[in-house]
This record gives sequence, C-alpha cells and structure tokens, in this order.
Amino acid sequence: MTPFTQYIKDLYSNIKEQLPGSGNNAVSEIREKGLLELVERDFRTYRKENKAIFEKHIACASGMKPQLTPPPYRPVEEYFHCKVKDFDTRMCIFLNGWYVHTGNPLCVEDNGIIVGSLFEALRQYPKLVFQYLMAENSSREDSLSAINRALFNDGLFVYIPDNVIVEKPIQLISLTDSPNELLLNNRNLIIVGKNARVSFIQCDDSIQFKPSFINNVTKIYLDENADFSYYKMENKNPESLLFNEVDVEQKGHSHFYSNAMTFNTGYLRNKINVFLKEPFAATKMYGLYLVDKKQHVDNQIFIDHQVTDCESYQLYKGIVDDEAVANFLGHVVVRQDSQRTVASQTNRNITLTDNARVTSKPFLEIYADDVKCNHGTTVGQLDEEAMYYLRTRGICEVNARRLLMLAFANEIAEFIQIDSLKARYKEMIRKRLNGELTICDQCVLHCPHLGM
Amino acid sequence: MLQIKNLHVSIKGKEILKGVNLDINKGEVHAIMGPNGTGKSTLASVIAGKELFEVTEGSITYNGKDLLAMPIEDRAREGIFIGFQYPVEIPGVSITNFMKTALEEIRLYRGLPPLTELEFRKLMKEKAKIVELTEKLSNRSVNEGFSGGEKKRNEIFQMAMLEPSLSILDETDSGLDIDALRIVANGVNQLKSPDNATVVITHYQRLLDYIVPDFVHVLFDGKIVKSGPKELALELEHRGYDWIKEEYEQNLQ
Ligand SMILES: Nc1ncnc2c1ncn2[C@@H]1O[C@H](COP(=O)(O)OP(=O)(O)OP(=O)(O)O)[C@@H](O)[C@H]1O
Ligand SMILES: [Mg+2]
Repeated sequence: MTPFTQYIKDLYSNIKEQLPGSGNNAVSEIREKGLLELVERDFRTYRKENKAIFEKHIACASGMKPQLTPPPYRPVEEYFHCKVKDFDTRMCIFLNGWYVHTGNPLCVEDNGIIVGSLFEALRQYPKLVFQYLMAENSSREDSLSAINRALFNDGLFVYIPDNVIVEKPIQLISLTDSPNELLLNNRNLIIVGKNARVSFIQCDDSIQFKPSFINNVTKIYLDENADFSYYKMENKNPESLLFNEVDVEQKGHSHFYSNAMTFNTGYLRNKINVFLKEPFAATKMYGLYLVDKKQHVDNQIFIDHQVTDCESYQLYKGIVDDEAVANFLGHVVVRQDSQRTVASQTNRNITLTDNARVTSKPFLEIYADDVKCNHGTTVGQLDEEAMYYLRTRGICEVNARRLLMLAFANEIAEFIQIDSLKARYKEMIRKRLNGELTICDQCVLHCPHLGM
Repeated sequence: MLQIKNLHVSIKGKEILKGVNLDINKGEVHAIMGPNGTGKSTLASVIAGKELFEVTEGSITYNGKDLLAMPIEDRAREGIFIGFQYPVEIPGVSITNFMKTALEEIRLYRGLPPLTELEFRKLMKEKAKIVELTEKLSNRSVNEGFSGGEKKRNEIFQMAMLEPSLSILDETDSGLDIDALRIVANGVNQLKSPDNATVVITHYQRLLDYIVPDFVHVLFDGKIVKSGPKELALELEHRGYDWIKEEYEQNLQ
C-alpha cells in the first residue's frame, strides 16, 4: 500500500466518529465502501500513467487534515466579495468544507426548490436523497473519488422540481481560510427535474495561501428535457491541489452545457464524466486555460454515448506560458448500436515558451457504424502570417501577439450565456493577457490593486 | 522618397531578385508589371519587411533612412503601406479593434495625440465610405470569410485609415468585379496627394485606365528590364511579354 493510502486509512479510523452522518448506518456504509475501494485501487492507475503527478500533486497531501467542526459564523461580506459586477446569484458558501448559514441549513421554496446542506437534506428528505446518494458508482470513479466517498464532509444539495425554470443562477463558492493545511472532501448533489432549467456556477477560492488538498465530487442528474448550465472557475494559490470531479447523468432530450475557465491555480484537475443514457440528450463543453509560472491544469473528459441519437461537443483551448503544464484528455465512447451519434472534440493549444508543456490526447472509441464523429488537436505557436500582417499595419510585436491571443481565448468566453459573467471573463482574459494579472502572484479574482 | 539600389533577394537559397533599381518620388504613380513568378510580390514583401526573404546585396533607402534596418512595424509607422495580393484572415480580431490598435500605435510614433472614441468612429465611417465598405463588415473578424473582392476593398480601407505616404498595391485589381474595380481605383485616387506616392503591381491595363501611372516598369527575371511612360502598359497589353524576353536575352548576349 502506498504511504498516502495508508495515511488516508489511518485518518479515516481516527476521525470516522467525528465525520457528519456518523450515526447513520447507510452513510457509514458508503464511507466504508469508499475506503475499501481506495485500498483496492491504491492509485494504481495514477502511478502507472502518471507517476510524477501522483508523487508531486497527490501523495504530498499526507499529513493534511479535514476541519472537523464548522467555523464560527461570520458574515460572508467580511471575508469574501464576488467580483462579478451585476451578477445576481443565489450564493451558497462553503468555508473550509462547511456550509455557511445563519441558522437555516436548508432552504425550501414555495415552488419546491430545495437548496442547502446535503446532510440536512438527508435528514429532512431521506428517501429522496438516499436514492441518489446510494446510486451505483459510475465506472469512471478512481482512487480520489473513493477518498471522497470515505471522507466526504458535507456538500451542496440542489433539487429543482419538474417544470421549474430557475432564473437566478445558483453559485457555489468554496473557500479555504485556515492556518492549517486542509484536506477537504465535499460532495454535491444536484437533481434537475423534467423540463426544469437552472444555471450553476462553481467557484473555488483561497483566502489564506496555505497548502491544501481539495477533492470535490459533484453528481448531477438531469431528467427528461432538463437544461443545466455549469460554469467552473477558480482562484487558487500556487500551493493548492484542487481535484474537481463532475458526473452527469442525462435522460432523454436533456441538455448539459459546461464552461470551465482556469486563470489561476496551483495544481488543478477538472474531470467531467457525462453519461448519455437516453436518446436525444445533448452535451456541450467548453474550456479555457490560461496558465503560467508553474501552474498545472488537467482537463479530463469522458463522454459515454450509451444510446442512439445523442450529441456531444467539446471545445477546449489553452495558452500555456512559462513552465506551466496543461494536459487535455478527452475520451468519447460510442457504445454498440448507439446509432446516429454526433460527437465532436477539439483541443487547441498555444505554447509561449519552450518550457511550457502541453499534452493533448483525444480518444474516440466507436462501436456503432452510423455515427458522425470528429476530433482535432493542435499545439503550436501563434500564426506567423497573422503576426506579420498585423505588424505591417504598425502594430508592434507585443501588441500583435496580444491581439491574437485575445482572439484565441475570447472564442470560449463568447459561449458564456450569462452576460455579466461573460463581461467579467472577457475582462479577466484581457487583463491576464496584458500581463496585468501576473503583477501580483496570488490575487486574481479579487486583487485590490486592480481596483475591482 | 524610396531608392532601391541593386537589390538582390533570396528565399531558401534561391535568388529571386537579381539587382533591382528603382527610384520613387513624392507625387508619383508607378506601375510594376511582369509575368507570373518574376518577383513582384517578393519586392513588395521585402519593402514590408517579411523576414522570410534574405537580402543578399543592395539597399533600400526611405526618406533618407535605411529601410532594411527597420522593424516591420516601424516601416508602417514611417508611412509605408502594402496592399497585399493575398490578405491574411485573422479570426477573432475585429477590423475595428485592429484599426484602433494600429492607429494608436502609429499616432504615438508620430507624436500625435490618440483619437477619442468618437473621432475614431467618425474616421472609420468616413473611410469606409471611400471604398463603399458596409459598416457590418467592420464588426467582423479581419478578412475572415471575406470574398476575394471584399478582402481587396478592406486593404484599401486600411490604407485610407492609416494615410500612408508610400502605398504599394499588389494586384489589388485581381478578383474585383467591374464596379468594385472602379470603386477601389476611385478610392486610391481620392487618397492621392502631391506628398505621397503610389506603386501598383498589376497584370492589366484595366486598372491603369483609372489609376494613371507616370512610369511603367517591367520586372523580369528578378530585374527591372524595361521602364517607360504609361503607353508601355498599353503596348504590353497588346503584345504580351515575348518581345521583352527577346530584347532582354539579346541584351544579355
Ligand atoms: N515562401 C516562398 N517559398 C519559396 N518560394 C517562394 C516563396 N515566395 C515566393 N517564392 C518564389 O519566388 C518567385 C517570385 O514569386 P512572387 O510571388 O514574387 O512572384 P510575382 O511576380 O508576384 O508573381 P504573380 O504575378 O504570380 O503574383 C516565385 O518563383 C515563387 O515561387
Ligand atoms: Mg504576386
């Protein structure tokens, strides 16, 4: 057994009585199963496929601990401001793994929407929540998912009943603010009913720049004709490890849209698994990473076309500077007889230095014959011809480069469907590519020097 | 204004220009003609500063300065404009943003204050009118998905925006329909002044009916082998290039 697995095992036996839901047998069963699975897996795949990542970015979390009691309540305004202007969202905040509230951990609205703490939802609506919590684990789970199941603290629970259109996006903000090196496992559960629609924004932010290991899992269930938009962004310090797994199950005619933007992170892994389980479900995924210094971002996508007539589309782009590392792994499976599948996957990268490293692995696995699938990846520099053309109009090299990078990156921002968020992203992209955001190593989303 | 002396240019070790001499003065219009592949576009590219081409011998002086020592963007800021035979498509960069950046930098270089947003927009409108470019086009990405003719008009539009003192228009007439040709030529003529000079590279007399040259040069085998008044273009139109080749070969012997 690797020392890290051993460490998690010991940690679990030491704290299991203190973990939320410890009196609940079903919860304990989930945890025990998770632990067994971890011991069995023991990061074997990681160690085989990418030993360096395991050693450098996972095993180093030995010694980190969860925060076992909720932090005392403080008004959120005291420590966090969302910097997106005119961004009207329902904010749900998790501080060091705990849901922040003023006495009401679960909000139930007249139209049936439920938003709040997962454990509170489990207490109030055991039947509803268990059915999803106990659901078979997806084939894509790995050692980290297993750790999450063993140790999960709390998480956000969202339930949108059939036919409810939610106008205000739900924003989940996970903050770390602790003098200790935290190991956090949150588990979010989102259930979207038939014909319902909602947007969801997940932000991860550090307030204190301590090393941390955050391993979150979000399970999303989309019923028939549901429409779900998922935005992911983060502002983490260089010493942070952030693992973010999203599993989406889609029923017929449902739509899943995602847009993941990475501007500042330490080590980040965004993993999205989509299971298209009934015909005419569609999924569209966009991603942009602008990484520099020693940042590391992995985007791992798995799309499972289990039935006929589904569509999936991926467009991920990245600009990788300095010694940063970006990996894109896109895996699309078209199962036998999943006829009339349409799948498209594109990953484009620009490297700005010789030391920037990009690995792009598209992988289409097709077992049906009537399908339209394509994929393309590029890793390269900026278009020399375009640079030349811009310069012949009096634009210096630096600005020509900026114009081209901006154009490259903005393409992804254009797909954002919330105007205020789009404006903010574009502003961030511009500042980032102008070099304004690199002035201060650690503040991106809320750097006071920028007057934002 | 521009003096080219004994210019030799190679690409990948192959010599394309083999001793070009050309003098261009304020107020003049020059036409450069010649068979395909003889180096006309190469000459324009070397003046623009394309790094691919290697100058092995000779010099280019522009307003007394060594042009070949200038970075690409400084040549533009000093007033040189090339209308390209094959303008590049730049997805995601709007013409507006492109021109705004270019003008800002050129004005800064020339010690002029930046234009206000209002002034800039007015200028865009005014200049778009000259080549009858619709406003819709200016919100689009530079040349992306433009038709051949639209690309050429866009080149002249940029020329109008940047107000160069020396414009070199490389086959700006190719791909234009009859009306567009007149529009573009009128545009060029409107921009002409006693202080600037124009070089048109073309295969056809048609354009020269509108933009009347003071001098016509024939580029052949990497050299200007013949120069003459505007009538030379007419003669070429009627007789083709064979007689030029023969003359040239006789001279060689
Ligand atoms: N990038 C390049 N690589 C290799 N050869 C080149 C390159 N650019 C130009 N050449 C060669 O240089 C020669 C001159 O080309 P150039 O484009 O200057 O001709 P031109 O006179 O403009 O022709 P046209 O009338 O067809 O436009 C040609 O033989 C061409 O193949
Ligand atoms: Mg040419």
